[in-house]
Amino acid sequence: MGMTMSQKILAAHASLDEVKAGQLINAELDMVLGNDVTSPVAINVFEENGATAVFDNTKIAMIMDHFTPNKDIKAATLVKQTRTFAGKYDIKNFMDVGMMGIEHALLPEKGLVGPGCLCIGADSHTCTYGALGAFSTGVGSTDMAAGMISGKAWFKVPSAVKFNIVGKPQGYVSGKDVILHIIGEIGVDGALYKSMEFAGEGLKYLNIDDRLCIANMAIEAGAKNGIFPVDDITRAYCDGRYQGTPVEYTADEDAEYDAEYTINLGKLRPTVAFPHLPENTRTVDEIGENEVKIDQCVIGSCTNGRISDLRAAAEVLKGKKIAKGVRCIIIPGTQKIWLDAMHEGLFDIFIEAGAVVSTPTCGPCLGGHMGILAAGEKAVSTTNRNFVGRMGHVDSEVYLASPAVAAASAVKGYITDPAKV
Amino acid sequence: MNAKGRVHKFGDNVDTDVIIPARYLNTASHKELAAHCMEDIDAEFVNKVEQGDIMVAEKNFGCGSSREHAPIAIKASGISCVIASTFARIFYRNSINIGLPILECDEAAREISEGDIVSVNFDTGVITDETTGKTYQAEPFPEFIQNIISKGGLINSIL
Repeated sequence: MGMTMSQKILAAHASLDEVKAGQLINAELDMVLGNDVTSPVAINVFEENGATAVFDNTKIAMIMDHFTPNKDIKAATLVKQTRTFAGKYDIKNFMDVGMMGIEHALLPEKGLVGPGCLCIGADSHTCTYGALGAFSTGVGSTDMAAGMISGKAWFKVPSAVKFNIVGKPQGYVSGKDVILHIIGEIGVDGALYKSMEFAGEGLKYLNIDDRLCIANMAIEAGAKNGIFPVDDITRAYCDGRYQGTPVEYTADEDAEYDAEYTINLGKLRPTVAFPHLPENTRTVDEIGENEVKIDQCVIGSCTNGRISDLRAAAEVLKGKKIAKGVRCIIIPGTQKIWLDAMHEGLFDIFIEAGAVVSTPTCGPCLGGHMGILAAGEKAVSTTNRNFVGRMGHVDSEVYLASPAVAAASAVKGYITDPAKV
Repeated sequence: MNAKGRVHKFGDNVDTDVIIPARYLNTASHKELAAHCMEDIDAEFVNKVEQGDIMVAEKNFGCGSSREHAPIAIKASGISCVIASTFARIFYRNSINIGLPILECDEAAREISEGDIVSVNFDTGVITDETTGKTYQAEPFPEFIQNIISKGGLINSIL
């Protein structure tokens, strides 16, 4: 029986000819990632157990993105602890304010991950890099510590669910609508412990930012990873950028899948996930005029803080004004995205519309800082989770949407179809 | 090894944001994290929980963020074991890695009620609801994972 794309990458990194779903393996890592929330816990584990060396100081990334620029004294203390550790062990990819961006926007951009690599990260959205044909998955801080020490991690080889992507997206439909639609179909545990493997002729209509967004939210369906085949779109993005040696893996024709779904991009509509689970989806056509009035709009995050996302928001906001009573917060994912957006004139559009532009940070997505909600407030957000209390008060609400839907809703003051703005 | 305690019962899709909200992630102190455990799903939990108590939940427990602070907060709050129908995968491996005992058993997870007294035999995987007298058999861990647990967690198993 053949192997899936994910299984082939795991087998290669475990020096095995073949692996089977359910098999437990130890595999060699190409990248070990942590952030300012998870790295300190890993450093404590590392030091409390008497470790004295890291396996490879070029294959560890510590990105200070969650509560930075430091939101309070405790956050500053965690970053300082990480900075000290990174200095002691000469961690090459320690990224502080000025260099950092949101980790899952930054690592692909810097070429630290690429086709065929095996990456673990102490952040659940590490699954993002599957967009580049990597096997990449979120773990905890103890796994990060063990990875930093040994360069290895244990894995239960996942089975897979296949998504055949066909058709051509119409209008404002983006990668975010594709993944919200899928989670709405299969549920928040619809791919629990499994790989989500994407395939099909429709992939040519999904640019790299769409794919990064889709793979990013694989975790919201419970998946271990999401992965795309390597094609010309991937190569155009990774050539001259990826610092490793790209290896292109393809699923065997006789690979076995637990389930297969066909997603017709041409039939999708802009989609919104209602509180308090990403599976509570409705298309914009199923949401009434004035039904969901909003207090805040957030455009950014590891899901939708890339240049295509900012362009999509700007297209909607150009010449428009944010509705009275709505705060619109726009957060470019990295320093480079920030510069690109500035040079393209997107900031003029945002600021003239009445939005604010922030330095890169995860900030409000997880209720950290830079846009916390009070009791009773509602936000439309391009982030990835709408759990109870995710963006602030336990009685606040988050509606997940694409940048175009979020921007259009900010203009109207209620959740709406971008075509109506 | 065994556990015995009073049950704190939760439903489906308990996410790590409600287990330990991000506003408390500016510390790595186990004691501080435990002081806010389950705060956004049951504000009284920290006042009710006693050393050795058992948490029972239904499907996809621990979904969402990879924050290891979640199993740390549960363990440091005094919980001796979590029983669920299914666990989200990052929470599952984090719990094994830090030595928080977890058991998958759908029937037990659905039938055991809030406040029941439950005992667990980790060697056999037998769960006994002493309030109702009913017993359940949890899924055994694979040998690979039993090895990590028997060595006292992941780091001890690799060093």
